[in-house]
Amino acid sequence: MSGEVVVFTIVSAMVLFGALGVVSTKNVGHAALYLLITLISVAGIFILLLAEFLALVQILIYGGAITIVLFFGLMLTRIDEFSSIKDTVQRPVAIVISFLLLSAIATPFLQETLTEKSLVESSLRTLGHELFTQWLIPFEVASLVLLVALIGAIVVGKDD
Amino acid sequence: MELIYFELLSAMLFCIGVYGVLARKHAVLVLMSIELILNAVTINAVAYATHVDGAGITGQIIAIFIITIAAAEFGLALAIILRLYAQQSNANLDEANRMKW
Repeated sequence: MSGEVVVFTIVSAMVLFGALGVVSTKNVGHAALYLLITLISVAGIFILLLAEFLALVQILIYGGAITIVLFFGLMLTRIDEFSSIKDTVQRPVAIVISFLLLSAIATPFLQETLTEKSLVESSLRTLGHELFTQWLIPFEVASLVLLVALIGAIVVGKDD
Repeated sequence: MELIYFELLSAMLFCIGVYGVLARKHAVLVLMSIELILNAVTINAVAYATHVDGAGITGQIIAIFIITIAAAEFGLALAIILRLYAQQSNANLDEANRMKW
């Protein structure tokens, strides 16, 4: 049992614990905090995958910006029972559907054979070079998408 | 670490997100479950970038784009949810059925 397997087990247990907390807690504020746990743990998974810059970006954007915006959204759509919300009536169907989906997705994965491979290391220099040569057009389009989303959010949220 | 562990983690996170989208009534909770789905896909993409020899660094670039688009979509979706809340004074998606036949 190498150290890497132990660390992976701990971090993925945190990810799944946070995810189950998001979908099943009765307190809306707690659900947001469980989401924060999940997002930070996913950053840990990225570090295990030798993608340190991505882990930093994940913590900054998801853990920093999106969590704050989420709390604002929860505050502004304040419901009477903030701490005891109900789920929809489709909950049993949802459980069945997600289990079926899990078996459908995971079956081809489980038939793979395990071989010891070495991990592909990549540097931030490679990432930057690829982003600005091979993926330049999607990069510019992504900034356009951000601009459109910004303007759209202002227009949709305007009071008039 | 084998690729298969990251694939299985990504599949389980995806299915938990799907359950959350189907089972939650409050719109912001559905949005949180969508974020779980996006994170699951990101884990899968980055795992392929690291564990497959010929894949290059494409998975990490895909992950950057997913994070960017997810952030934009999150803000816009919250603006729409605030509109919905102004209309019907709660954010329950069960009652947002005025456009159904």
